[in-house]
Amino acid sequence: MDVLFASVDILLRLDVIAALLIGSVGGVIIGAIPGVGPAIAIAILLPVTFALEPIVGLTLLLGIYGSAMFGGAIPAVLINTPGTPVNALTTYDGYPLTRKGEGARALSLAYGASFCGGVFSVVCLMVLAPFLAKVAPLFGSREIFLACLLGMILVVIAHRGQNLAAGALLSFGIFLQTVGLEPVRYSSRFTFGQSWLASGIDLIVVVLGLFAISQALLLLSGRDSGNTAPQVSGGLFRGLREVFRFPRVVLPAASFGTIMGIIPGVGEFTAQFLSYTLAQKTSPAPERFGNGAPEGVIASEAANNAVPAAAMIPLLALGIPGEALTAMMLSVFYVHNVVPGPGLFRDSMDFVLALYLCLLVLNILALGFLMFATKPLLKVIAIPNRFLGMAILTLSFVGVYSLRNSATDCAVAAVFGLLGLVLKRLKLPVVPIILGMVLGRIMEERFRTSLPRIQSPLDWIDRPIAGTIFTMIVLVLVVHIWSLWRARKQGIDTSRGLHERPNGN
Amino acid sequence: MTDDRDENGVADTDAPPHHGAQLVFAVASFGFALFLAANIPWQTEWAKRLDVVRQPAFWPTVAITAMAGFGALELWFCLRRNRERSADGTLGEVRRWLGAAEYVGWFMVYVWLVPQTGYFPTTLVFTGALTLRLGYRSPATLAAALLTGATTVVVFKSFLGVRIPGGAIYEFLPPALRNFMILYL
Repeated sequence: MDVLFASVDILLRLDVIAALLIGSVGGVIIGAIPGVGPAIAIAILLPVTFALEPIVGLTLLLGIYGSAMFGGAIPAVLINTPGTPVNALTTYDGYPLTRKGEGARALSLAYGASFCGGVFSVVCLMVLAPFLAKVAPLFGSREIFLACLLGMILVVIAHRGQNLAAGALLSFGIFLQTVGLEPVRYSSRFTFGQSWLASGIDLIVVVLGLFAISQALLLLSGRDSGNTAPQVSGGLFRGLREVFRFPRVVLPAASFGTIMGIIPGVGEFTAQFLSYTLAQKTSPAPERFGNGAPEGVIASEAANNAVPAAAMIPLLALGIPGEALTAMMLSVFYVHNVVPGPGLFRDSMDFVLALYLCLLVLNILALGFLMFATKPLLKVIAIPNRFLGMAILTLSFVGVYSLRNSATDCAVAAVFGLLGLVLKRLKLPVVPIILGMVLGRIMEERFRTSLPRIQSPLDWIDRPIAGTIFTMIVLVLVVHIWSLWRARKQGIDTSRGLHERPNGN
Repeated sequence: MTDDRDENGVADTDAPPHHGAQLVFAVASFGFALFLAANIPWQTEWAKRLDVVRQPAFWPTVAITAMAGFGALELWFCLRRNRERSADGTLGEVRRWLGAAEYVGWFMVYVWLVPQTGYFPTTLVFTGALTLRLGYRSPATLAAALLTGATTVVVFKSFLGVRIPGGAIYEFLPPALRNFMILYL
């Protein structure tokens, strides 16, 4: 109980409240603008948060992360364009509802479902906290190494139809983190005699290039979409009540989101896909799905909003980020010398709980803001794409240059921006590069730390948790290979993604 | 989203097949992996009397081998996918990638100018000029661009205090104004 009070004390600080407010409201607005999204906003804000205290910086980023999907539902429902890539499935039923003149109902269904999904996963997180605090210290170097390996395998497998490209990009990410001085003998690796490469390639620079600059280039080199500010008539409270009439859709969707959020590398897309499919299969009128079924909107939004809180579990408990946004947040921890992992649960449980409470409060703030500000917010949808590109490019400069005042960093970010543009145009995923960089670094460190205790290969898996993770790795690989073999036998083309990610994210 | 095709013959933002362009990317990425593999002996250290797994070169070698392996398979499947499909639009797509480099040029000029001419004035010129380059001519859009630039500087440098040095040109200002400009703009 004392820990809970201590965490509430942290949360009641004026700077934390301000960060939470700015993050939640800013996240909703960013989410509502098609073509921006939380990854870009977080990438740009990362260097800024380095100057803030960890709890303040993380609250700001969490606010954006957790509330962007609320806002992303607005253009998905009203103009058939997802505000963030993970709102794509919401367009299936949200837009048809709008065309039937039920835009306000669809929006409030989306808000209500997002709120339920978000709160559900935070409650799960808080219930799990004591268990995590007990289990996390059982993870030694070998277990974390194997968990990272499992995460990498899941990242590749989750990009169904793009496994080979995802594998190559993940390996490229691992390679990038090896550039520079090697940590034990300090010999240089792949510096090509360039002094600026001796300190390695900075993760933030790569993140800014791949997410922010690439999106700016994509928008600048494209054409304006010609969106006009949509109109919404009617109250927004009706759908909020209606969400609770579908507990058989909300609960499984929120559960899928929570479980998929915990598993590294899987994320929102799989959670949405599974919850939408389940809702359709269990519906008495499955034919309505895709034509304006409220359950479709609920399944999609409850699942995607349950992910952010759940994705914090591997990050906080083990120091392993499951996707790009938590990978970015990891760098905020590192900069402040706060090391996420078992030690954090042991030594700073109040800090962990304060983060959980932030996630809870941001859901309330985002919902409250949307209930009263949706109509004025609709104007942001009409901002022309290329104008947005110009704004993102201007903001990217702050992100990259403020790191070290280095023009070289900007040039490196620009190169990664071009690479990101190509990947997005080809619908190839960007996230494996980032996860390769982050997980690759953790794996190399943990591998070296483990080596003195390893006499034979079996020593890697002779402890209960290590053995369990290894079994999971084998199972995941066997199931994946079996599913590919079955698809091939049935003549299904697996060379393209079954549910390709919009913009390659 | 629009399915319209631009002057390069490729769809704007929606999922275009780009089969030919995928092949270009697959060849380039596999070639890059081979280039890195060829440089492993020169760009990494292989220490004597050290196990393979403890070598400084171990992780880069693992990563590059995986890159090359996945890259080769991706190239093989890409060739198979493209065997029966038309490569129309490949050149247009590649031209579009190269066309985006123009904006990289804008960005790098902006980066180079900020330490000389100062963050605030350079940002205003950058946002205004880029907006005109994009073809927006209305005074309202131009004003919005300048406001975006000014807000960015005020929020990040004046309010959040991010580290962006004052411009060399500020040295020519009167002392009081110079200090203000260096600190806040």
